[in-house]
Order: sequence, then structure tokens, then C-alpha cells
Amino acid sequence: MKITREDVENVALLSRLELNEADVAKFTGQLNAILDYVDMLNMVDTSGVEPTAHVLPLKNVMRADEAKTSLPRELALSNAPQQEDGYFKVPKIMEG
Amino acid sequence: MELNKLKAHELHRKLQAKEISAVEIAEAVFSRISAVEDKVRSYITLTREEAMEQARRTDEKIGRGETIAPLAGIPGAIKDNICTKGIKTTCGSKILNNFIPPYSATVVDKLSAQDTVIVGKTNMDEFGMGSSTENSAYFNSRNPWDTDAVPGGSSGGSAAAVAAAEAIWAIGSDTGGSVRLPAAYCGVVGLKPTYGRVSRYGLVAYGSSLDQIGPITRDVTDSALVLGAISGYDPADSTSANAAVPDYTKALVPDIRGMKVGLPKEYFVAGMDPEVGKAVYRAIEQLKAMGADYKEVSMPHTSYALAAYYVVATAEVSSNLARYDGVGFGHRGEGNDIISMCKRTRTEGFGEEVRRRIMLGTYALSSGYYDAYYLKALKVRTLIKQDFDKAFEQVDILVTPIAPSPAFKIGENVDDPLAMYLQDVCTVPINLAGVPAISLPCGFKGNLPIGLQIIGKPLAEETILRAAFAFEQSNDYYQRLAPLGGA
Repeated sequence: MKITREDVENVALLSRLELNEADVAKFTGQLNAILDYVDMLNMVDTSGVEPTAHVLPLKNVMRADEAKTSLPRELALSNAPQQEDGYFKVPKIMEG
Repeated sequence: MELNKLKAHELHRKLQAKEISAVEIAEAVFSRISAVEDKVRSYITLTREEAMEQARRTDEKIGRGETIAPLAGIPGAIKDNICTKGIKTTCGSKILNNFIPPYSATVVDKLSAQDTVIVGKTNMDEFGMGSSTENSAYFNSRNPWDTDAVPGGSSGGSAAAVAAAEAIWAIGSDTGGSVRLPAAYCGVVGLKPTYGRVSRYGLVAYGSSLDQIGPITRDVTDSALVLGAISGYDPADSTSANAAVPDYTKALVPDIRGMKVGLPKEYFVAGMDPEVGKAVYRAIEQLKAMGADYKEVSMPHTSYALAAYYVVATAEVSSNLARYDGVGFGHRGEGNDIISMCKRTRTEGFGEEVRRRIMLGTYALSSGYYDAYYLKALKVRTLIKQDFDKAFEQVDILVTPIAPSPAFKIGENVDDPLAMYLQDVCTVPINLAGVPAISLPCGFKGNLPIGLQIIGKPLAEETILRAAFAFEQSNDYYQRLAPLGGA
């Protein structure tokens, strides 16, 4: 087993997902099967090989530093689940 | 004459000659939708009113004697992960079931600038994660050739709509095969352009280093037309290629004498349906008969591509989908504090496959596993890309199957994620390397279409279109319409 129930619970927390007992058991089995398959990558000799995060030879694409109009506030807020006084409204973040 | 069964280039000629009107075309498409949509289920949202209004505007232009663009007045469908201003865009997910984008994707703006008629938004696997549309939070789409079979995914609604004559053309997105696989399963033409050829601005992100928008059409000529309409540099997408857009229709010459065709034997994987192999070899024989030079090439890292893909793509998923936190848009779950609200939102909003991929990607990026999984996969990605570079030193195009089998039955693979992932084994290497590829029909097994994949060098869309056009014109597969509705 590459990934234990505890690993799955920890990854779910990092991913901001709630899992019930049945989910944990199922995902533990399925993620292990996928990771066993992915293990074949270890058969490839990659010593001295550079990683490719992106196929394009692009770096720091810049545009001219000119002021442009942005999305109007009303449109930016148009999909907000809750809003108040022109702000996104969320449950409390800090104690007290 | 059923206008909805014609190709875009045929309709364009008739519009220009004033033999028909755009309103008549749109009416034909919507009456087809009324007749077959309950069997096919291609669309999440239909935009009939806007479509009819646009068709009327196009007719007025024609009436005034103005020149019209090649796709003006031609009805098409947009995958539901591409933002359409004022029109619901769900990504096939519950988490976005009420999302109305405040802006349109660049491809939508470009298509609107051509006065195209947009019929609606098509069904898809949630956020593009799937090969069958069975991961849509709403419903399954069905294959117009056999409604017990899947249309493929993730752009399954787009491919099914085109195959069922519910749209003349459609737009999909392809992260690991999501344009090409459904096109193959539904017997139509799907093109994944070079990474950067088409702007991703307004495409809801899945795997940002892999995602690319592409056309699904009923023939190669229409593929060239739609590709031309959506390609080009976009300052709003920093990864878009700053390269001139050629007139792709000029590439549609049925002459491939001297073209060097490579067959990578590694794509003929164990367990492949023998009918698929036979159809692809018949296609190679046809290309040879038309004067192409043929040779076998070796791409030794092909068998590792799927494993590398699932690490790279899911790592990008875990990062890209962090934005669905219930704050700015989309569904919000109940919670007394921000963390519990966020967890409830995501747990209620995401389907099982999305949760699985977020967790896999989060694990692959987490402390202690980053080097073993993510970095390793990126290095293998380099070797896969080098396989393509080396092959393209010897040949102009590569020809392979699209998938190990034709469309499978609905429900056949739902309990085994790995079996579902294996459908993508011939398509994911192309996304890892960022090269262009086109899928078109090369035969049938029973009544189910088999897809051929033609792969080209970066920005060599013209070469693959030319080869695809020559092959298409040498057979009649592209003239066949799905039997659905007695067509």
C-alpha cells in the first residue's frame, strides 16, 4: 500500500474535501491502484533529464505598463453567493 | 433538403447565392434538436432566442449585399467550459450550476465577430475530466451511432451534437484527448491545435499546460474553416503563440505525393481491438497508394505517457480547482467559519472523479512526494517530447489509432477509473508534447466509427489538414450520417 487511510484523510483536508468512512475506503483503494500504475515511471532513467513544466519556450511575458479598464465591480460581484456594500461576504475568518 | 445535414462550407455557398437564409438553417437545426435531443442529450443549455436573432442579423447583412464571413449564419455549439457572456456556463459541474460569466472567451468573441449562430452549450464530463460524459453532473450524452454507447469525452456533447446534425460545427477542449476521442467515437472530425495556437482566455482551466481549444466538424474542410476562425495571438493569454494565422483552407489539396508518413509501432498497444488496428493499417495503405512515403518509427517512451499525464494533469487540477471556494462565484455550502464553508462547498459541488483527481494531484504535489511523482513525471514528459522531436526529424506526419477500441457501452467502465483512463492512451502523449493532431473516421466496426489520428509538428496544422483532407476524399466515411432518427 502506497497510500494509507491516514494519507487519504490528510490529502482530503489539504484539498478542502470532506470524506465519510465509505469514501475513505473507496478512495484509498482507487488511489493505490492508480499510484501502482504510475509507478512505472520509476523504470525510466531520467538522470540528467531536465523537467518540462511547459512546452513553450516562454518566460515572463510582459505587456506595456498602461492603465486599462477592469471588470466593473457590479459585474465582478454578479456571481457572488453573498455580497454586502460592494464586497464579497464570507463567514468569519478569525476567532473573537 | 435538410439544411442541418449539410456542412458549413456547403451552407456558406448557398447563403451567398441567396438560395437559402440563415433563419432557415437555424430553424432546421432547432427542429432537429426537438426531434432527437431526448435520445442524444447533447446540450446543457439551448440559446434559441439569441440564435434566431443572430440568424436574422446575418440575413439582413446578406440582404444589404455585404460580404459575409465563412461561418456567418452557420449554427454551432460551444462546450460548456468555455465562457459565454450572459449565458450559463456550468463545466458539467454542480459547483457552477448558477454561473453566468461576465465576459466571453476569446474564441467566442472571434466566432461572434464572424456572425456565427450559437445554438447552445454542450454537455461534458465535469471540468473535462472523463472520456464518456458519464462524469457530467447533469446527464449522460449518447452516441448517435448507437444510443447505448457513450459519445466519448470529455467534449461528448459537442461531438454528439455534430454527429446527430443538431449543430453544423462545435467547439471542444482537449487536455488529454477530449476533442479527438469523442470525434472518433462519433465518426466526425476533431482537431487539437498546437499548444498556444488558440487562446485559452475564457476556457475554464483544467490542466493549463495541456489544455487547448479545438473544432469538431463533419468534414476536414469545416475543420480548417473553424480553426482559422478561432486561431491567433491573444494578449489576454500569455501562452498564446505570436505566429501568423495562415488561410487553412489553402492546405486542402488532395495531393500528398512525397509526404513522409511515420507509423510509431508503440501506439498499437496490447489489448487493442484488432478491427481498430486493421482500419488504421488500411488507412496507411491508402496514404501509400496516394504517393506518401512510409516508414516505421520508434517512440520508446510512449508507454509511459499515460502515467506521466495523470500526474501532471492532476497536479494542475489540484491547483486550478482551488478557486472553487464558495467566495467569488458558484455554489456555496453552509458553514460557520471559512474552512468549514469551503469544505462543504467543495464536497457538495464536486463529483467523484473531480474529487479523485484533486486528491491525486494534491498527493503528488505534497511534501515528501513532489520529487517522486511530480518532478519525475515532468522529466518523463521531456523524454516523450524528445521522442516527437526525433520522429519529426524523419517524417512529416505520424499516423496512429485514436483509441484502443470504438465507443464502449454506457456504464461499462464507470467502476474502474484506470480502465477509463486507458481510453486516452493514444491521445495524451500529444498534449504532453504540445503538438497538433486531427482525428477523422477511417472505418467502422459494425455500426461504430473508428478514428484515425494524424499528428504534426508544432504549428504544422496545414500539413495534418492536407493529409487528412487527402485521406477523407479517398473514401466516403465523411458522407455517412449517424442512423439516429432515420437519417
